[in-house]
Formats: sequence, structure tokens, C-alpha cells
Amino acid sequence: MSGAIADMTIGALRAEIAARRVSSEAAVRASLDRMSSMDGRVGAFLQVFEERALERARSVDRAIGGGERVGALAGAPIAIKDNICTSFGRTTCASRFLERYESPFSATVVRRLEDAGAIIVGKTNLDEFAMGSSCENSALGKTVNPWDPTRAPGGSSGGSAAAVAARMVGLALGSDTGGSIRQPAGLTGIVGLKPTYGRVSRYGLVAFASSLDQIGPMTRSVGDAALALEVMAGSDALDSTSADETRQGSLRFTQELERPVEGLRLGVPREAWSEQNHPAVNAALKGAIEVYKRLGATIVEIDLPNLKHGIAAYYIIAPAEASSNLARFDGVRYGRRAKLTDGEELFDLYARSRAEGFGPEVQRRIMLGTYVLSSGYYDAYYLTALKARRVIKGDFDAAFGAAGGAVHAVLMPATPGPAFKIGEKANDPLALYLEDVYTVTANLAGLPGITIPAGFADGAGTKGESLPVGVQLIGPAFDEARLLRIARMHEAATGWHEKAPGLAG
Amino acid sequence: MSELSADAVRKVARLARLALTDEQVTRYAGQMGGVLGYIERLKELDLEGVEPMTGPVDARNRMDEDVASGERGEVSTRLGPTDVTRMAPEGGDRLAPFISVPKVLGEESGS
Repeated sequence: MSGAIADMTIGALRAEIAARRVSSEAAVRASLDRMSSMDGRVGAFLQVFEERALERARSVDRAIGGGERVGALAGAPIAIKDNICTSFGRTTCASRFLERYESPFSATVVRRLEDAGAIIVGKTNLDEFAMGSSCENSALGKTVNPWDPTRAPGGSSGGSAAAVAARMVGLALGSDTGGSIRQPAGLTGIVGLKPTYGRVSRYGLVAFASSLDQIGPMTRSVGDAALALEVMAGSDALDSTSADETRQGSLRFTQELERPVEGLRLGVPREAWSEQNHPAVNAALKGAIEVYKRLGATIVEIDLPNLKHGIAAYYIIAPAEASSNLARFDGVRYGRRAKLTDGEELFDLYARSRAEGFGPEVQRRIMLGTYVLSSGYYDAYYLTALKARRVIKGDFDAAFGAAGGAVHAVLMPATPGPAFKIGEKANDPLALYLEDVYTVTANLAGLPGITIPAGFADGAGTKGESLPVGVQLIGPAFDEARLLRIARMHEAATGWHEKAPGLAG
Repeated sequence: MSELSADAVRKVARLARLALTDEQVTRYAGQMGGVLGYIERLKELDLEGVEPMTGPVDARNRMDEDVASGERGEVSTRLGPTDVTRMAPEGGDRLAPFISVPKVLGEESGS
């Protein structure tokens, strides 16, 4: 019974709890049971809040028993990526620097989810400060892919992806700066949504690259992603880059989810069929195209000529912003401080605390960012990247706005291949950066993107396991309602999302 | 560019306030050189006359009333002195509202 509860989507579970057929306490216990039986092998969680979660679950049960109105997520166990601040427990960013850091406040998304009745059972592993695509850059834990434990779950939201894929929770929050929600979602066979920049408040998300970061839901169904977004989205006075109510428009993402988009036009970029793609990625994309054609959609071949420049622009802009954002970790205000010896002074305090506190990938990105912003290189690198960013966005504007040929969304791969082996790309930063080739452009352009399960690479695992493969849909800014409907059309027609990894149970 | 010189890496590390070992300097020189070499491909683009794009939203200044947070009906972001000192490695309740730092005045600070 406990297993059956843990297998439910958030939407189904929420209905059972509201109808008093399942208690929130039972739901939270089912989630905690799954975590205690599986997480020793998966390593998705850095912290578990057993007592607090059970207590809050019982309080939701009392409210429902007393006939009170409860929120849209009342009683449902969820997880939070550990770079999102919670006023309880720690917020470590999987970094030695913040290993014992306790935030005095909760992020706006945490507050909104808890106000809607969600029960936070724990915080999940990530690449340190969300910098990475495999979770191998975590200083505090190792997460494996539930489909094949020799492989990476992707990253940086790898802990959240693994927790959802292994059915420990039905919803986990991720953050996505260059693909950190959509890439791990693809590698673990789940749904991952990066909303439009400004759709969800970033208040309380530890900043990596502020013009690219967005928080989003990772779930097992499109419906759950819509439900979570409905709770999380909206203008926030505490985030000056959150979009105002006029831009936000209707936030009822679940309302028309089941209604297919009539006259759907999807653009498939010529550039998506790269020679670098694993055959299963091309097969999944072909499969998705066939599904949409069968559903009456028109598939339009489009050009995103600057897609190939995405990674180069991203690896200038993101490190530049990171070098500035991470300057706050100075050994004085947060986290850890190096022990100074006689004769060492303030400069050494900064430089040694940062050398001891940050792992290699974070150091590399801070260095890269400092380099591209430094005097004499600014125009050649940073300014060039900002101009490239405009050109990359222009490709999407052209696809969505083309007179007579406009498409409702772009359909393309989420990743170049299925999950790769842990350690395979650990010594070659550039190889790992190229994992994000299909995802970074949505961040650069500020557009919403969603990864959905779209098939398997049969027998591609180390012991012959099948590995999941996703496809990605990218839509115009603030068009999540339609983007989710398009994703739901594929999901309803295929059922790929119902497959569970062999490790579950 | 395939490798950054060790001196260039040391200079950047100093700007970034990172005390690196010689071994790290050598390793990062190769890795950063590889990434910078890849980034060079942006030079293929014709970016003549293109406006730089700093972010996805057109930045506009949003003027707020000059009142303390929490007094306009939103969530207060005010932190008390101990909220701040507790986040600091050499702070905590013991020194509140102060944080201990090495001497910063009266001598060359090294930067």
C-alpha cells in the first residue's frame, strides 16, 4: 500500500488526500519509506526532515478532517533542490563553503508551496552552486541514475531528478541556468519545466547567473508540472526581475491542459539532427514527430542557425555573472573561513577561504568569468557574447513570429544522448559543457522549455538496462499554458512517463 | 588559443581572490585554454550593429515607496542583527551585532 501511494502522481495523491481516502501522514510516510529503502543506493537527498514533515502532514490531516479549505498541494510530499533557501534545515548548495549554512528566510517558492499545503520531506543534491551537468561536482554527496547506477543522473538538479524518477517524491524543485532542469529530466525519464524568465520568483534561490536562472518543477507527469507551476508562478515584490501581473496573464495552467491545441504547428530545427546525437535521440525525436502528426499537427522544418553558438555565448555569460555573484562568499559574511597564520591578512582570508571552500568546477567558472570581464578582454568576449545572445533570441523570434509560417513551439532533443557513465566526462570540462547544447538557448533567450519522456535507448545501460530519452519543447515567452497543453498531447498519446526504473522498489 | 599561460592564470586567480597551488594553476591553464579556444567560434558571427542583450527582460526601473519592507502588505525581508551575524563564520550570538575580521586599516592590505 505504501508503495502504491508513493507511485501516485501529485494530482492523483492530492485528490485522494482531499477525499480522505489517504491521509497526508500516510503519504509522507510512504515517501519517507521509499527514501529509506532506496536512497542509500541513489543518493538523491542531502537532508531529510522526517519529524517536521510528519508534523505538518498531521496538521494538514486535521485541517481536512475539520472541513477546512486546503491548498492545491495539500498533504503532498515534495523535495527542494538545496540551492533554494529554507528557513529550516540547511541550504548548502552542495558546497563545502555552505556545509553548515542556515538561511534565516525561505525562498518565495518554498513559501508558496508550503502555503498550498505541500510537505517538504527533504533537500536534494546538486552540482556545487548548480554548476555542472552530472551531479559529480557536488562536494557533499554522490547521486546515481535510478535507471543504471553506474551512470550520472544529469545535473545540476540531479538529486531532484533522481528523487522523482525513483518515485521517492512526485514533485521536486530544480533550478535551470543552462539546462539544469531539462537535461537531468531527460536522463532520468521524467518531466522537467524551465519556465519563462520572470515567471517564477528567484527570491531565495542562491544566485548563479542572474539573467539566466529560473526555478521550475520536476515531476512524473505534465499535469503535475502544470499544477506546481500554478502554485509557484506570479509576480513577486521581492524579485525585481519577476514579471508583473500584466505580463504573467492567467496562471491557471491546469484549467485547459487536457484540451489539445487545434491547428498545432511545431517547428523542428534542421540543426537538431546533429551527427553528435545518439541514435536513440534521433529515434525519439522522429517518434515524437510521428505522434504529433498523427494528432493532426503540422510539422514545419525551421532554421535555428545560431543554435551552434549557444554554448560559446553561455560559457562567457554564465561564468561572468557567476564570478560577480559568488564574490559574496568571502570568508566574512557566510559559511566558512580559512584559519590564518601569522603575517597573513585580509587578502589571504578571502583567497584562502575561497580556495578551500569552492570545488574545482566553481573555481574554474569564477576564473573564466573573471578573465572574460577583465580589462582588455571585455569587448572580445563578454560584449561579443551579449550580441550573440541577441542573435540567438532572434532565431526563436523569427520561428514564433514568422508571417504565415509561425510555429506554436519548437520541438528538439533535450540532450545529445542518454545518461553517460559517472566519471566519463569528469576530466574534460568542455565535453560536459556540450551536454547542454540543446538547452542553453532557451535560457539565453529567456524562453520556457519542457523536457518530456519520449522513449528509450534499449539495452544501452552498463548491464543492458534501457535508458530513458526525452525530447524538448520550447515556446514563446509567457506561453506556458499552451506549451504544457502541447506536452500533454504527446504524453496522453504515448504513456512513456508511466515507465519506472528497475531500481524502484 | 589552446593553453592559457601560467602567469595569466595566476593574474586571474589574484583578481578572483583564489589562492591556487602550482598544480591547480597548471591544470586550470589547460582546461581554461580549451574552453576559451572553443569560445573563439563566436568570431565567425557577423555582429555588426547588433545591440548587446544583458537579460531576457527589458530592464526598467521600478520605483517603490520609500518605506521599510513588510509595510506594503508583502513579506518582510528585514533581518535582525543576529540573523546576519549567525550566517557569518566568526559572528554568532557571542559577538552580535559584530563580525570579527582581520585588521583592515593601517597597513598594506595586499590587493
